Amino acid sequence: MAWTRFAKKSPLQLVITGVLLALLIYWAWPVFDWLFFKAQFTGTDRSACTGEGACWLFVRARFDQFIFGFYEPSERWRPILVAILWILGFIPVRLARFPARKALIPFLLVVLPVSSWFILRGGFWGLPSVETSRWGGLMLTLLISAIGISLSLPLGILLALGRRSELPLLRWITVAFIELWRGVPLITVLFMASVMLPFFLPPGVEFDKLLRCLVGVVLFTSAYMAEVVRAGLQAVPKGQHEAAAALGFGYWQSMGLVVLPQALRQVIPGIVNTFISLFKDTSLVLIIGMFDLLGMVQAASTDPEWMGYAMEGYVFAGFVFWLFCFSMSRTSLRLEKRLEQAR
Amino acid sequence: MAQAARKKTQGRGLLLQALALLIVVLILGLIIHNTVLNLEARGIASGFGFLSQPAGFDLAFHLLPYDETTTFGQLFIIALLNTLLVSAIGVVFASLLGLLVALARLSQNPLIRLLGTIYVETLRNIPLLLQLFFWYFAVLRNLPGPRESLEFFGVVYLNNRGLSIPFPMEPAAAFYIALALILGLIVGHYLRQAAVKKRVEAGRFPAWHLLPYAIPVIFPLLTLLLLGQRWQISWPELQGFNFSGGLQLIPEFVSLVAALSLYTAAFVAEIVRAGILSVQKGQMEASEALGLTRLDTMRLVILPQALRVILPPLTSQYLNLVKNSSLAAAIAFPDLVLVFSGTAINITGQAVEIMAMVMMVYLLLSLSISAAMNRYQSKTLHYLGQRS
Repeated sequence: MAWTRFAKKSPLQLVITGVLLALLIYWAWPVFDWLFFKAQFTGTDRSACTGEGACWLFVRARFDQFIFGFYEPSERWRPILVAILWILGFIPVRLARFPARKALIPFLLVVLPVSSWFILRGGFWGLPSVETSRWGGLMLTLLISAIGISLSLPLGILLALGRRSELPLLRWITVAFIELWRGVPLITVLFMASVMLPFFLPPGVEFDKLLRCLVGVVLFTSAYMAEVVRAGLQAVPKGQHEAAAALGFGYWQSMGLVVLPQALRQVIPGIVNTFISLFKDTSLVLIIGMFDLLGMVQAASTDPEWMGYAMEGYVFAGFVFWLFCFSMSRTSLRLEKRLEQAR
Repeated sequence: MAQAARKKTQGRGLLLQALALLIVVLILGLIIHNTVLNLEARGIASGFGFLSQPAGFDLAFHLLPYDETTTFGQLFIIALLNTLLVSAIGVVFASLLGLLVALARLSQNPLIRLLGTIYVETLRNIPLLLQLFFWYFAVLRNLPGPRESLEFFGVVYLNNRGLSIPFPMEPAAAFYIALALILGLIVGHYLRQAAVKKRVEAGRFPAWHLLPYAIPVIFPLLTLLLLGQRWQISWPELQGFNFSGGLQLIPEFVSLVAALSLYTAAFVAEIVRAGILSVQKGQMEASEALGLTRLDTMRLVILPQALRVILPPLTSQYLNLVKNSSLAAAIAFPDLVLVFSGTAINITGQAVEIMAMVMMVYLLLSLSISAAMNRYQSKTLHYLGQRS
């Protein structure tokens, strides 16, 4: 319907469309050929890959490593258990009518990250311990993003409140903190976490590398989160503050019960965007020698056993990242629409 | 009553601030104390004395001359220039491509619109580092050798050794011409303003009102003539197993610029599109009713208003691009982060000083870019009667 109207309205556009479509098929066809039609899906090792298409055997052979890194195969039920816990934990958040939604917040922010850490790390109650250096793949990507998100949101809110505070000293400290983290690239933050943080600790104190990296990621992300939350705080009308004051609310009551809920609702898209950047930026940990999904793919594609199949690895990793980011951005769009209707 | 309450909150505020200050001072003090202890324990002398020592390692790409006697201090400038060069080229390409994709997404042709959407949704949802690896390890490294180069119009060649482009025999000549072009644009801008002023006073344009557009062309042409013999383009030519002549850009440089600009363009496109859509439809109709052409409508009515929405997020994207250029470290392009936070720390062990220097540079860059863009923005807002 729309198409026929379009064609009637402008025949020239129709010609342009036709030429473009022809060119597109001409260029895209070899890509699809490589991806699917001439690709090799079955077999056990690289000797099966003789065609001109993609060799997906590489991804199949290394799939477990792409997901779990070097985590002991016999212990992989633990990351799966943690994943199930996170999914179960977040289902009530999506249910608008769940009774104890508020009570869930400390559970999601504290209990879930801490218990995931201990389940994965092990070393108690007969659970064999798994060194964090063996954690990797998609599991590590998700872990860093999830913990980064859980911790940077509350920290970001505190920073935003500090930046909007009427106390000048508090304001300057938070402004300096936020601008410092926002002004430098994440790579330098990670370098700092891996090279410099040991210098900052008392001599003899050892600190897990993954934990150091998490500290860097959380501080870096919280500065961005603070700016998002600040935008939300600015959008709350002044009358709301006054109304809360008229009710006799103190600072924390008025913020927690009146201002923040409105502010956060306003900036949900911004918060989701920060999540998405964090999720993508997680891949940078490979620069300081940790193996997230991209790190595992990169390592596997330089392995002599599978030399020359880097393209397949990147396409696979790209697709996984894309799937997560795209669904997050769609969720944010849907939320935005729903909130607009509610207003 | 009220006064007593105010006094109480004031007192509490002071106490809170004192507490915050105490915590900050304590944390900083602890960090400095521990660092000094650790440095002593490892026998590392602190200070910036290492900057005058010769660096003595090889660099794959440098704009300034570089040899074994180059000190760490000079190396810092050379590495910084690499970062700035990549960022500057990236910003230009990302802006141009971003504008193009934005226009594609606003096109009335559904197929063009779809292509724009696919571009944006694909590139911005995949980590930049992955895209960088893709261009470097999967594409550029796998290109055929120089003998089977991909050829573009017989002047530009792409192969696994990088990109060969025509370039002036003397790089200085290129510099003078670029200078003349920039000078021409500035002079043209002021002449144009003078012409507009004349028109406001006299009611019509002066006879030379086209001159402002010609000057940016005339200046470089004049420079060309003045340079005479010194101006000679050197064309890339296949000799033996590699290209000679022209300018050889290493694969690390090409993939970094490509990844940065293609990735950032997706974000720029969305910003420009949102900006153009934010201008009310009535504005377009009004300027059409005034008899303005489509181009003039865009240039005089839509864009100035859209810019108000575009500039702040665009500034952050430029900042992101500059900071993201640090991913160069992952494919061993010698930018500031790789050369300093990587190699120099390994050689000298001066981790604290070097990290501080690198972070300061990015901090200063970020602050000055935001300051420049804020200035530009307040100027455009001024023209628009400060409606924001």
